[in-house]
Amino acid sequence: MVPVDQYLWLSLALFTIGVIGVLTRRNVIIILMSIELILNAVNINLVAFSHMFGSVDGQVFAIFVITDAAAEAAVGLGIILAFFRNRETLLADEMDMLKW
Amino acid sequence: MNAQPFFLDHIWLIPMFPLITAAVMLFYGRRLSNNIVSWLCSGSVFVSFIFSVGAFFQTVAKPSSERVATKVLFEWIPAVPYHMLDGRIAKFIADWGFQIDPLSCVMILIVTGVGFLIHIYSTGYMAHEGGYYRFFGYLNLFMFSMLMLVLANNLLLLFVGWEGVGTCSYLLIGFYFHKKSASDAGKKAFIVNRVGDAGFLLGIFLTSALLGTIRFTDIGPALAAGGFAIGDPRITAIALLFFVGATGKSAQIPLYVWLPDAMEGPTPVSALIHAATMVTAGVYMVTRTNAIYQLSPKAMGLVALVGAVTALFAASMGVVQNDIKKVLAYSTISQLGYMFLACGVGAFTAGIFHLMTHAFFKGLLFLAAGSVIHAVSGEQDMRKMGALSKKIPITYWTMLIAALAIAGIFPFAGFISKDLILGKAYEKDAVLWAIGYFTAGMTAFYMFRLIFMTFHGTSRVDHEAEHHIHESPKSMLVPLVILAALSIIGGWISWPEIFGGNSHFINFLSPVVAVPHEARMEPLKGPSSRLGELYLMLLSEGLVILGILFAWYLYVKRTDLPEKIAKGFGGFYRLVYNKYYVDQLYDAMFVNRAKDLGLALGAFDRNVIDGVGVNGAGWLTLFISKVSIWWDTWIVDGSVRLGARIVWLFSYPVRLIQDGLVQSYMLLIVLGLIGFFGYYFYVAHHAIR
Repeated sequence: MVPVDQYLWLSLALFTIGVIGVLTRRNVIIILMSIELILNAVNINLVAFSHMFGSVDGQVFAIFVITDAAAEAAVGLGIILAFFRNRETLLADEMDMLKW
Repeated sequence: MNAQPFFLDHIWLIPMFPLITAAVMLFYGRRLSNNIVSWLCSGSVFVSFIFSVGAFFQTVAKPSSERVATKVLFEWIPAVPYHMLDGRIAKFIADWGFQIDPLSCVMILIVTGVGFLIHIYSTGYMAHEGGYYRFFGYLNLFMFSMLMLVLANNLLLLFVGWEGVGTCSYLLIGFYFHKKSASDAGKKAFIVNRVGDAGFLLGIFLTSALLGTIRFTDIGPALAAGGFAIGDPRITAIALLFFVGATGKSAQIPLYVWLPDAMEGPTPVSALIHAATMVTAGVYMVTRTNAIYQLSPKAMGLVALVGAVTALFAASMGVVQNDIKKVLAYSTISQLGYMFLACGVGAFTAGIFHLMTHAFFKGLLFLAAGSVIHAVSGEQDMRKMGALSKKIPITYWTMLIAALAIAGIFPFAGFISKDLILGKAYEKDAVLWAIGYFTAGMTAFYMFRLIFMTFHGTSRVDHEAEHHIHESPKSMLVPLVILAALSIIGGWISWPEIFGGNSHFINFLSPVVAVPHEARMEPLKGPSSRLGELYLMLLSEGLVILGILFAWYLYVKRTDLPEKIAKGFGGFYRLVYNKYYVDQLYDAMFVNRAKDLGLALGAFDRNVIDGVGVNGAGWLTLFISKVSIWWDTWIVDGSVRLGARIVWLFSYPVRLIQDGLVQSYMLLIVLGLIGFFGYYFYVAHHAIR
């Protein structure tokens, strides 16, 4: 049986990669993908603890998160598509109109 | 009060009939046809005439001492107590009251009688004029005012009529208001009359202050009760103030200048207002207040002198006029002078008698002149007439009768009344008589100059107008004929005693002028003998005939002479021809000074009132508002903006955080989380230890 702390290390690694991706990459699609990484890091945590406690609650939550991620990806891609039609760019540092 | 006979009790109706039709004309006249207008207006005057005749006969029916009837309709100005000059308290009462006595009887008969004839004449004369209803409306309004004037039982109501006739005179002189000269003449008449009216009004004030009454029937007793001596200066002052009013209304020196200009009005107006009725109001007023005049020999003397001088002065101007109506206008002034001469020498009744005969023949002269003007297509210059006697015979004969009457040929009406005046003047003062006598000669001369220039000699009518010469319609000729008859027989009602007459008219009037108290003027100097009276008459007849012959010689026989004479008297002729430059003198002395005053006041208004006052206030408001704007901009708004600026200053560094880059926000969240968890773990770590 794999001890739960290893899952957590994996989750932490995925989460960190995701956060760094979100913070450093310019392309919004990659940022979106990085967010998926973060979400999946959470999923691993949920499943790991579910397994550890012998309860399915965490797995149910993981299913919810996956569903949510799918919805979020759809909405996020829709926004990106609409934005691209207007500004012909996908670079996050050029999306700076929403300021003072 | 005992019940009066019908016509005397309803005397107040006489002015009302024309008033009603005048109101109808002025409010609804535009919608009425000329025919209805003629019937209504002439009809109302005719009804007034019937009532006047009735009133006359019912007055005559009474004994001569009781021939005063009054009818008070209502109290006009209720009794107002006031202090008289001598400190006593009197009550000022002015009734809407009417008084009928022999004097008013005569006046209403003249006014309604002659007025009716002139209305009839006007239906013909004005038939083709615009504003037909307006003309008749004014004419009836005039009839109302004039009847109020002669029927009033107090000075104030008389003044109402007095002003009313003045207004109507103004309206009718300016009837052709689109003509500048006509509207100017109307204004001149009105303004000159105001000068006289101011005097009259002051006289009324002084009367009520001195006598405590303005009712005619009370003035005599008040004079007696007041114990005024003959020649009392206060009485003289009243008399002179009244006379100032009379000179304005009756066109005497110095206020006669408006009457010649008044000829701008339609000819029936000249006949009715400026010959027969209104201009005689002054004579009527002096006669009506004779009780006051009889106490003041000085005022009487002035009246006589002004009358005589006016008669001569106006006659001299009449001699050189070429406008047919202007000649008649100066003649009217001259004849009014005679009437005042009569009043001035104490022969008030003779003055009224001449007033009546003058109304007949001068009314006729004007109407005939109107007929002539009608015939020659509106031409008024006698130099462009001549030889009309065959073409318009009825006009010619009636006008000739009127001329004979005014010249004073025996036995026409003018002879009897004029010689009565001259006889009275001679008894009083030979100089006054001489002036009147000489004027009679001039009158005969200029009247027949008019007749000869218009009807005899060779025709000088414009070729164009020559074809259109025609006798006037019947509506114009009938009044001419009636007035011609009156001009002949009108004087006979007071046939002189030396010809076996009995002076009915004079005796009828004499109660009015009887002095009701002890104060009497000294009797006239030495009653002239019958023979003397006859001599005077023959003398004046001689001069009159001489005048006529002279006119015939100059204007029929030797038509080249008048021009030569005019040249021979170059300077003097020009002086008279230009009316002694009196108009220019008045212009220079009063009119232009009044204009200067107006201009000065206008300049004051523009520079001081408008400049300093209005514009100054405007400038001040502007200045204050500019200060206010400055305050508002820099202090009020400034403080608001300063607050905003301070907020902005502090918010500036903070808002730099919001750079719009989603990743920088994310970074901050991450840093925040790290900080938060860092702190959390740090605290937790220490807590565990």
